[in-house]
Amino acid sequence: MSTLTIRSLRKNYGTVEVLKGIDLEAQNGEFVALVGPSGCGKSTLLAMIAGLETVTSGEIRIDGRLVNAVAPKDRDIAMVFQSYALYPTMTVRENITFGMESRRVPKPQQDEAVKRVAAFLQIEPLLGRKPGQLSGGQRQRVAMGRALVRDPKLFLFDEPLSNLDAKLRVDMRTEIKKLHHRVGKTTVYVTHDQVEAMTLASRIAVMHQGSVQQFDEPAMIYNRPANMFVAGFMGSPAMNFLPAELGEEGGRPTVALSTADGKTVGLPIVQTLPSDTPRQLVLGIRPEHIYRFDPDLQRRKPGIAQIDAMVELVEPTGAETMAVLRLGAKEITGRFDPDSTPRMGETVTLGIDMARACLFDPTTQRLI
Amino acid sequence: MSNHDLILSVPAPARPWRERLGSAVPLLVLGPSLVASLVYVFVFTGWTLYISLSNSSLLPSYDFVGLENYASLWANRRWNIAYNNLFLFSGFYIVGSMAVGLLLAILIDQRVRGEAVWRTIFLYPLAVSFIVTGTVWSWLYNPTDGIQAMVRGLGWTNFSFALASDRHHAIYAVIITGVWQSSGFAMALFLAGLRSVDSDLVKAAQIDGASTFRIYRKVLLPTIAPIFLAVAVIQIQFAIKTFDLVAALTKGGPGISTTFPAIYVYDLMFQRGQIGEGAAAAIMMLAALAVVLVPYSFWVVWRRRKEAGHG
Amino acid sequence: MVDAALDRSLDHRAATVTARRHLLTRLVIYGLLVVFAAIYLVPLLVVVLNSFRDQQEIARNGLISLPRSFRLEAWSQAWSTYCIGGTCEGMQRNFYNSLKMTIPATIISTTVGAMNGYILSKWRFKGSEALFTLMLLGVFIPGQISLMPWAFILGNLGLSNSTYGLIVIHVIQGISFTTLFCRNYYVSIPDDLIKAARIDGAGFWRIFRKIILPLSSPILIVTVIWQFTGIWNEYLFGVVFTSGQQQPITAALVALTASGTNVRAYDVMSAAVLIGALPPLLIYLFGGKYFVRGLTQGAIK
Repeated sequence: MSTLTIRSLRKNYGTVEVLKGIDLEAQNGEFVALVGPSGCGKSTLLAMIAGLETVTSGEIRIDGRLVNAVAPKDRDIAMVFQSYALYPTMTVRENITFGMESRRVPKPQQDEAVKRVAAFLQIEPLLGRKPGQLSGGQRQRVAMGRALVRDPKLFLFDEPLSNLDAKLRVDMRTEIKKLHHRVGKTTVYVTHDQVEAMTLASRIAVMHQGSVQQFDEPAMIYNRPANMFVAGFMGSPAMNFLPAELGEEGGRPTVALSTADGKTVGLPIVQTLPSDTPRQLVLGIRPEHIYRFDPDLQRRKPGIAQIDAMVELVEPTGAETMAVLRLGAKEITGRFDPDSTPRMGETVTLGIDMARACLFDPTTQRLI
Repeated sequence: MSNHDLILSVPAPARPWRERLGSAVPLLVLGPSLVASLVYVFVFTGWTLYISLSNSSLLPSYDFVGLENYASLWANRRWNIAYNNLFLFSGFYIVGSMAVGLLLAILIDQRVRGEAVWRTIFLYPLAVSFIVTGTVWSWLYNPTDGIQAMVRGLGWTNFSFALASDRHHAIYAVIITGVWQSSGFAMALFLAGLRSVDSDLVKAAQIDGASTFRIYRKVLLPTIAPIFLAVAVIQIQFAIKTFDLVAALTKGGPGISTTFPAIYVYDLMFQRGQIGEGAAAAIMMLAALAVVLVPYSFWVVWRRRKEAGHG
Repeated sequence: MVDAALDRSLDHRAATVTARRHLLTRLVIYGLLVVFAAIYLVPLLVVVLNSFRDQQEIARNGLISLPRSFRLEAWSQAWSTYCIGGTCEGMQRNFYNSLKMTIPATIISTTVGAMNGYILSKWRFKGSEALFTLMLLGVFIPGQISLMPWAFILGNLGLSNSTYGLIVIHVIQGISFTTLFCRNYYVSIPDDLIKAARIDGAGFWRIFRKIILPLSSPILIVTVIWQFTGIWNEYLFGVVFTSGQQQPITAALVALTASGTNVRAYDVMSAAVLIGALPPLLIYLFGGKYFVRGLTQGAIK
């Protein structure tokens, strides 16, 4: 059993405020991802959980115990670094036993622990080698082995996949997920890659400029982003933002957009709006919620609204095709099935799934 | 696995005390040598500065006499010659060893065979003391035994090469010897600099049709410009502190023609018992160094800031 | 067809011109290298040859000529019997003095520099960068500035005219250099290693011993060579703070060459010069490769 609780955590470097009051928690066995652009404070937060950075104010509790002033070695944590931080002059075995030696674990127990972890990660043949003789993926495994052997309360990962090439990264991502399933340890995982966060985490904390923008389950983060930053950061290609006005058609509220020919088109709003909804809005639509219109589609998805757009550019990726579409003064990206992809220069009627659309207040940037 | 927890549990009261001691260890280790260094830098300099303002003669005294020692120092013709020599020597020595060093570095950079051998040949004087170099070159300069004698022996009987024994030219003998000793060092640094330049840069220039000469002049040398400055600063320190080379090569002569501030300080303090004036001369040496080093260190700090800003 | 043939012959001619030009450049490059190599090697060659020549022959034919005699006496004279300033023991005592001074001073200053560099790069504290900068000033202070203070301190410690006094001076002076070298090198060791070790429960000493030290050989080689050659070759402090039998070899060499009677004993002096130059030369020959590599990595930044 182990939990992590963080309350109003702040960090200042001189006059610079790096973390501005973080609240976060991880339940027993939970996998929490900290995601955000570089400089958002996520790595500092992780270093503070590890005890490598001091706390300016606030609380960090592991299993209810306040650990603000506890040395890293006494927090019962293990950490995997972006650079892996394998000790270059030691063999893989020595790397794994180094921590146990520091803690004066008796030799027979060390050997047994190494054997167990090496079998678990299938790195037995590497035990006698030095880190310099290992491939990127092997180093990654050894780094995880070094963390696993400690059997800690808390696993910390600091961007562990960002030094790997694209294919290996996907493989290792799967392995980390499997590993977490088998070990079931509470984990905090820092990444700048939103796909990693989405695939691995049970909850995601999206960070920006030193504060947590949203802390929720992946599906909520993706479908109901708390603000325009979260909406824009999570998902690739990014969510389209269209400035619009609140309108009305037949007694129902609409989002009024201006199209290429200068006309205004009203898209009916599906959700119920609060009474203080501002007149100026930002309509957020994910690329996959833009379709090529046909009546059959409207039958299947009741929230579909029609709008015309010009196809500016087509980017096939194989499994799907992205198209850059001109809608009035704005360009938006749509994600299409290769069979129904519009052609460049064509004017198409789009079907926009308003049931999945998000509306934002342009002044507060918040979700309505 | 739970037995790890057992081993981890240290008796609770011991922890804070031990930890506090642990965090002080770096300071305790650094402390003594740090204090020694700071005393060496500041107290020693301050002390010498103070003595230079006192009427110390054979023994240090602490009677303040203002700038008297400096006045008498600058009134002395020998000191003026020494200070002039310092600038003359520094200029030629730095430019000379950098020019030769750069030439050698570029030659070696042309994918020559036996690179290690050439490098070793040009660099070995660095390992040898100025005393050894000075002694040996003083023999070579000696008209009756050295180079002049050899060339005359070959049949060119009115050949003349007596740099070191001619008071107008002896300083050039010192310069040549100095360049001989340290151009290898400049070469090593330049060569390392040339090798550290991104090879894509050279490839791009080659595709642009630049000749080897132009690639060096326009691409490589500008890229390693900071190394030029670093080499110059290192050399100038050698130049200002140089005592051994002259002591072994010319002993300041003929006459007083190759006197240097370093020699002069030594003479005043230990031969003529004028400690106060000697200290003043030492301070003037420090001033000459500061003229070079203060702007340089500001430049280095500025460059670091700039780089840090970009990163 | 004709055009193609013409083209080919033009190509061919261009190729020969290029090849000839290439050959010429190579000739110039190697020619220059040989000339410079001669300039660098001749003084060494002259000393080595003269140390085996007969003094009369040197007097007759000059220093720079092919040897016509071969004898080893000059070496044994220079080592153990030649008279310098009234004492006729050769250079051996001074050679040992230099060893006795250089080896401890090198070891101590390198050890201290490694510890300092480790602390100033991996255990930074508030103000540590500023302290490092102040320490660095020691690199630039000319020895002449410290002559009087050293004279006073050595006098009070009872270390005037002793090798131990010189050891103290060289250690204190050397710390700035060794700290600079080691600190700049250790900065390039990733901080993540230290963090990982701290989480693994290693403390200050264990991290140094198990992680930093095994990675240090390049910089330790540089520092040891720099300190050894620097201290061995140092003259100013040697001549100021010691005399006679206590002098290190550099000071003795100057005394020996100055103690010329009417005839300069070039044979003995050559042997003496080589004895004085040999230890740093050997160190350089064995370690020079690492020295240059390390120096350019660490020191010039």
